[in-house]
Amino acid sequence: MYHSWWFQFLILLLTINIVVCSIDRLSATWKIIFAKNPLFNLSRFRTLSQKEIFTGRQSPKELSTVYETFISRQFGYTRVEETDKGLCIFAEKWRWTRFGVYIVHLSVILLLLGGLIGSLFGFKGFAMIPENEKIDSIRIRNTGQVRTLGFEVLCDDFNISFYDNGAPKEYRSSLTIIEHGRPVYKKDIIVNDPLRYKGINIFQSSYGKMPSGALQNKKIHKKDPSEDITLNFASKKSGKLYKIKAVIGKPVDIPEDLGKFVIVEYRKSAEFGGQNIGQAYMGILTPKDKEPVKIMLPLHFPNFDKMRRGAVVISVGEQQAKKFNPGEKSDQRYYTGLQITKDPGVWVVYTGFILMIIGIFITFFMSHQRMCIEIVKTGENSQVIVSGTSNKNKLAMQNNVKKIAEKLINL
Amino acid sequence: MNSSVLLSITTFTYGLAAFFYFASLIFKKPLTGKLATWTALTGVTVNAAGIILRWMESYRLGIGHAPLSNMYESLVFFSCTIIIIYLVIERRYKTSVIGAVATPLAFLAMAYASLSPNINDRIQPLIPALKSNWLIAHVITCFLGYAAFAIAFGISLMYLFRQRDTEGKIRFLSHFPKSRVLDELTHQMVMFGFLFLSIGIITGSVWANSAWGSYWSWDPKETWSLITWFVYATFLHARMMRGWSGKRIAYLSILGFMAVIFTYFGVNLLPGLHSYGSG
Ligand code: HEM
Repeated sequence: MYHSWWFQFLILLLTINIVVCSIDRLSATWKIIFAKNPLFNLSRFRTLSQKEIFTGRQSPKELSTVYETFISRQFGYTRVEETDKGLCIFAEKWRWTRFGVYIVHLSVILLLLGGLIGSLFGFKGFAMIPENEKIDSIRIRNTGQVRTLGFEVLCDDFNISFYDNGAPKEYRSSLTIIEHGRPVYKKDIIVNDPLRYKGINIFQSSYGKMPSGALQNKKIHKKDPSEDITLNFASKKSGKLYKIKAVIGKPVDIPEDLGKFVIVEYRKSAEFGGQNIGQAYMGILTPKDKEPVKIMLPLHFPNFDKMRRGAVVISVGEQQAKKFNPGEKSDQRYYTGLQITKDPGVWVVYTGFILMIIGIFITFFMSHQRMCIEIVKTGENSQVIVSGTSNKNKLAMQNNVKKIAEKLINL
Repeated sequence: MNSSVLLSITTFTYGLAAFFYFASLIFKKPLTGKLATWTALTGVTVNAAGIILRWMESYRLGIGHAPLSNMYESLVFFSCTIIIIYLVIERRYKTSVIGAVATPLAFLAMAYASLSPNINDRIQPLIPALKSNWLIAHVITCFLGYAAFAIAFGISLMYLFRQRDTEGKIRFLSHFPKSRVLDELTHQMVMFGFLFLSIGIITGSVWANSAWGSYWSWDPKETWSLITWFVYATFLHARMMRGWSGKRIAYLSILGFMAVIFTYFGVNLLPGLHSYGSG
């Protein structure tokens, strides 16, 4: 989908949208952020509904010097102005947080750009390397094109280990990079710990067993796998096992009226859940009065079809499995399945990730805060009016104003 | 004492806390409110102890890993984060009414984790793909986000109920916080959740890139988390740009949580890299 034209077109449209909107707004925000003398509008503070008002025992002049030193410790910018009724301290901080949104939008653009760079200049491919063999080219995913790497990858060894309960514990491939005929780099890779060389990343992704030895391999080729297949049908209801000969493409009737089964093809290396499970027949089972289902019959896993929990369990006869896998355990060879990628856009994407987190934090949890402390002369004393606004999260700002007013009273 | 006993106690305690929060909503006695808070606090402590104990048990089994690796463990952690976030809100906003939606959510998550036949509560070894520190960062941040969205969802429901009853006829509804406060709280929770959901998706893709060599593969879970992200991004834009509030915002928050639920549970029905979650 990522490669389809309409998807890329939508992404392009989205990017243009964000860019245009952001630039449009940015010019206004820019003026606010880079104003030489921040503009304070006293009448706006006066009309705010939430204000903290208390009486100070000194003159406006004296109070303002005390207050200003206190306020300037919390706010980046303060200024004292005379007003028609006395004095006024303006303070503000975090003006720059108005950029937060643009950081977020920039990060989105970086993600899209990184994705684009990756799909234009990178590739995603795979390779299967038998133990002790090497490759110098890979197949590209989806298209199947062949691409040379510029170096060779040798698989020295492949190991798989299991937990006691049979679940896989670790897949480990020992790889050597060979350049101009000389080994230049060695590393054991496991899932989550790839090999990286010259911008190309090699990941452990699957594995499989080789039909051991090239000689036997040829024999298998001579013998057409479509001949002479014995299938086992185990009926769940009666518990009986039926052995029936089958030929690719010819449906067989399953006893006990359990339906029809036909093998449609033979695969040398079938995949299940992203794992290579070796040779398998692919078939279609049509139970009586029900929808047909696709069925995979791996030669080395006779219990595979049990997972389907159908009324009949189908497997390939033992003789058949042996024929295709004549090797003893000792000379069994593995091959390792590798995902091989190059993505020069990753660092653009990662920069976008970091900017996005920073930007979202700024946008949501910081705001441009402005305070106004007006001190009005009333006979001997002064009346102090504390108010404040912020461009976001006004509730929190009100609490802030309250707290600051309480501190000022006690100064 | 083992972790499953502790987690059973947790389930029970959350149920009890939910009962007390409802009781305090109806009778409005300060004592029931206090009792509710203390019960929730006890529950979350036992919950956390259970998680830590399970962690230690996994080491005793020789397969040590953080207890964040399957559906069961994630639900347990989910309940814990819901209650922690809720208790912080209760302290900060001095209102215990939201407890009546937060504790039932945590209780349901725990009960579902322990009772559902599809969920395996045994400590299992990690399959190779999950052996990564990114797993821990990914799960913790995602679930902080989900928990905040869950609470936002609860508050939005309260908001809608309260809106219905404008004359204050139903007695216990009149104890709800003011609509304006509920509305603002939803917004706060969504902002918090959005930050963590974003970090969750990001850590997930960094992890995918280190395990499979591709930071985004459009598997169903990834796609749905992106859809969820877009729903909440819409929420935030509607609020900040269009000045939406009240009912429309409450509906968006509910929609967002539906997307969260689908990302969390529904996607396990589809095949993909994340389907281990169903185990
Ligand atoms: C990650 C989260 C995001 C946050 C926190 C965020 C925040 C914001 C904010 C605060 C604004 C108002 C800008 C202003 O007042 O100048 C805005 C506008 C906008 N955002 Fe986002 N945004 C986010 C992601 C996105 C995404 C993913 C898109 C597109 C897919 C997007 C598209 C837009 C557009 C089109 C506008 C309107 C711009 C305008 O009319 O000036 N934003 N956003």
